[in-house]
Amino acid sequence: MSTAIELRGVTKNFGNTAIIRGVDLAIPRGERHAIIGPNGAGKSTLFNLISGRYPVSGGDILLNGESITSLKPFEINRRGLSRSFQVTNIFQRMSVFENIRCAVLWSLGYKYSFWHRLGGLKDANLRAEEVMESIGLKRRRDTFAGVLTYAEQRALEIGVTIAGGAEVILLDEPTAGMSRSETADAVELIRKVSQGKTLIMVEHDMGVVFNLADRISVLVYGEVIASDVPQNIRGNKAVQEAYLGTEAGAH
Amino acid sequence: MEFFTISMLNGISYGLLLFMLSSGLTLIFSMMGVLNFAHASFYMIGAYFAYQISLYVGFWPALAIAPLLVGAIGMGVERYGLRTVHKYGHVAELLFTFGLAYLIEETVHLIWGRSTVPYKVPPSLDIAAFTLFSTEYPLYRVFMMGVSVSMLIAVYLTLTRSRIGLVIQAALTHPQTVEALGHNVPRVFMLVFGGGSALAGLAGVIGGNAFITQPGMAAAVGPIVFVIVVVGGMGSLAGAFLASLLIGVLQTFSVALDYSFIDLAARLGITIGQDAPLGALWKLTISQTAAVLPYLLMVLMLIFRPKGIMGTREG
Amino acid sequence: MATLEYRPLNLGRWVVWGASALVMIVLPLIFTSGFTLTLMSQIGIGIIFALSYNMLLGQGGMLSFGHAVYSGLGAYFSAHALNLVAKGGFSIPVALLPLVGGAAGLVFGILFGYVTTKKSGTTFAMISLGIGEMVFACSLMFPDFFGGEAGITVNRVIGESFLGITYGPAIQVYYLIMAWALVCMAAMFAWTQTPLGRMANAVRDNPERTEFVGYDTHMVRFLTLVLSAFFAGIAGGLNCINYEIVTAENVGALRSAGVLLATFIGGAGFFFGPIIGAIVFFVMVIAVGAMTKAWAFYLGLLFLVMVLYAPGGFASLILMHVPVIKARLMRRLWLPYAAALATGLVLLTGLVSVVEITYHYSLAGSTDPGMTLFGFALDVTDTIPWAVAIVLLVGGFVISRLAWSAVGRAWGDIIHVLQQQSA
Repeated sequence: MSTAIELRGVTKNFGNTAIIRGVDLAIPRGERHAIIGPNGAGKSTLFNLISGRYPVSGGDILLNGESITSLKPFEINRRGLSRSFQVTNIFQRMSVFENIRCAVLWSLGYKYSFWHRLGGLKDANLRAEEVMESIGLKRRRDTFAGVLTYAEQRALEIGVTIAGGAEVILLDEPTAGMSRSETADAVELIRKVSQGKTLIMVEHDMGVVFNLADRISVLVYGEVIASDVPQNIRGNKAVQEAYLGTEAGAH
Repeated sequence: MEFFTISMLNGISYGLLLFMLSSGLTLIFSMMGVLNFAHASFYMIGAYFAYQISLYVGFWPALAIAPLLVGAIGMGVERYGLRTVHKYGHVAELLFTFGLAYLIEETVHLIWGRSTVPYKVPPSLDIAAFTLFSTEYPLYRVFMMGVSVSMLIAVYLTLTRSRIGLVIQAALTHPQTVEALGHNVPRVFMLVFGGGSALAGLAGVIGGNAFITQPGMAAAVGPIVFVIVVVGGMGSLAGAFLASLLIGVLQTFSVALDYSFIDLAARLGITIGQDAPLGALWKLTISQTAAVLPYLLMVLMLIFRPKGIMGTREG
Repeated sequence: MATLEYRPLNLGRWVVWGASALVMIVLPLIFTSGFTLTLMSQIGIGIIFALSYNMLLGQGGMLSFGHAVYSGLGAYFSAHALNLVAKGGFSIPVALLPLVGGAAGLVFGILFGYVTTKKSGTTFAMISLGIGEMVFACSLMFPDFFGGEAGITVNRVIGESFLGITYGPAIQVYYLIMAWALVCMAAMFAWTQTPLGRMANAVRDNPERTEFVGYDTHMVRFLTLVLSAFFAGIAGGLNCINYEIVTAENVGALRSAGVLLATFIGGAGFFFGPIIGAIVFFVMVIAVGAMTKAWAFYLGLLFLVMVLYAPGGFASLILMHVPVIKARLMRRLWLPYAAALATGLVLLTGLVSVVEITYHYSLAGSTDPGMTLFGFALDVTDTIPWAVAIVLLVGGFVISRLAWSAVGRAWGDIIHVLQQQSA
């Protein structure tokens, strides 16, 4: 199956309000895909539907050809999909190292074991150290996650997301609230960790989007109005009107 | 038929009393997200205050003063206690009210001792109201129902028709917005907590002499009120009303019914032998299981329909 | 690439465990009175019970109001097993009886645990309350198993004695309890260092994120409860041996409340917190209980004060001084603490006086107005004792507040210094 994620006619209503009005999307394996759109378009909701946080109101979602529409988040995660959160969602009372180690335990098969000693799990500890190194938090190894700086927490957020080795990674506004230099570092990190994997990203920072994405989908009022390579999106009239603003059309 | 009607009347009056308790608890839970363990304790001190006051000036002044005292204590608890633990989260709030309930019971032990106090129905009300079939129905029970209903109508009118009631209703779901609009929401919280406590105290004043007034009364009725709030739906007054009546009637009837399940089954045409598996279970009479039934209902409700009958929020 | 890590705490850990074991072994040889032996035996069982409870509360973030169900049922099953052994139907050494209790706890943990752990937070707490009340109500409904109001009695001196150990004398029971306490402490501590233990922490801190790293939070909570119930059952089995009687109280709300109080007072956030809590709890209940009828009032007051001002328990109060000691700043606290202690004693004296006098007054004020308090003989119907007590209470409260604000200022300065040092 060469399609990593496929959405077929996905709809989502909250009460009487339709947030997602029928989204069709197919993202091939290994692609870096960005989802952009104005505020309130439903981007985070879409992520929540794919990752199982909310149930869909209609339609189907497939991961590697298998339907994951009605599965619980942990079931979806075990099938190789992992996501980060827009509002940093880590284990505040654990150290950086412990945070990442928690994220690797299931993928290494330790499950609900109460007969393994954590300190002696060479593979888990090694993998956690590797991930920690790659996100650049090695020197903060034993710091409690709650006292890290904002950018460090966002880096940890990404670290926890990818530590389990998921093939499909969903990043929800990974550079939100970052300065220019922090964003540049984050982009490099994302590029590195998504090497050879499928990445779906929700982003507002156009610089990041055009830098990283192979393809871009534009979500407006719960519908995908365009899905194409970055150059074509830049020139697409409907997208410009809806999102980038008419000034961009003057280019 | 006589048994049915009398028990029904008793069940309803008990249910109304329970609603006085559970409505306060529901309001407090809706507004502050805190399940107040000490609510039944306010019921208890309402009864004790009424007893103590009535020793000096009689029942009628006690009826007015005791609930106000309890309400004042409630406001103090919110202002100096709950507000402090609020920042530690829901678990800490629950633990605080739990500790408060424990401490109030011990304080009652301290001041009034461990045995029942002779808090009696006032002689003017201790007569028969009417005769139903062959039994005289006590006027006090009618009085209880009257007080419950009028108090609840008053609360309903306050919530829906008055300005403060409007603010309270808004603060129930969106406290921060209401505060942003310039209302003193912490004071509203304090008033609601005090009001709910006063209501519980009033229930204690009229219930304490109909049932007994002793230090264990909070622990006896407290869990039942939780069951009601859970079964009716946490956050729903209508649900609490239905559940109060349901449980009030259920408890009154079940305590009086001496049929075992074997008897019940026999009436339905099924015979269960004495040596049937789980024999001990079938031999139980309904009155023996009366104590368990409300909790069984609550546990089943929490497992299968945590929202309760009409709930708007869960946990 | 293997990394060699120097972990200086490891040695410290062995020292602490070794010292605890030593203390437990030596204590009864120093304090030989029967009273202390009873107290320490109860503390030993209480440690196991409180630690098992903390697996739920501190480690798993689950507040339960019905934990006594598992220890109580464990006690009942142990009692029946012991009686069976006496009748010759089944053989198990008394020393291993707590395992029967543990097994019973485990089974009921599985039975009740699966559905109750589907929810968390307040809902879980209410379900646990409901189940606790249900089981307690059942105790009167099934007299064959629960023994009705009289409970089930056993005789722990049965079978052949092993090396002269019959478990008749209290001191032998004490060593049995301590042996189990050490084993259980080690086991429960080891659990916190396993994947399940760590993921229980994760579920406590962020259940949503835990799902998104592949863990079913329900399963984690369920397994944690089952293991917690196992250890609670062991405590129940030891109770059965210690008291030789099991009654409905063993599954009652009061016992569930007690373990909650003890764990919280000790400090749910640290492994050794419940150990402190069990010690404080039983000292209050038994030692203070021997001195005054108002012990329950004092216990409730202590609990409430801790919820308000020290929600991390005694453990947190102790541990928060560690960085201060390391930075050699303790000397800044001696004077404020001394002031707080002195004023606190005045307040305490006032409080105790008011409480004790009130208690005596309400209990026997009209018939026997004389009592002794702190060595003074007084008449509770007189106004002077009341006046003195109230003055001490109110005055003590006022000066205590002054002293505590000084403590607060000293801490403020210390935190400032510490922050500057780490910057």
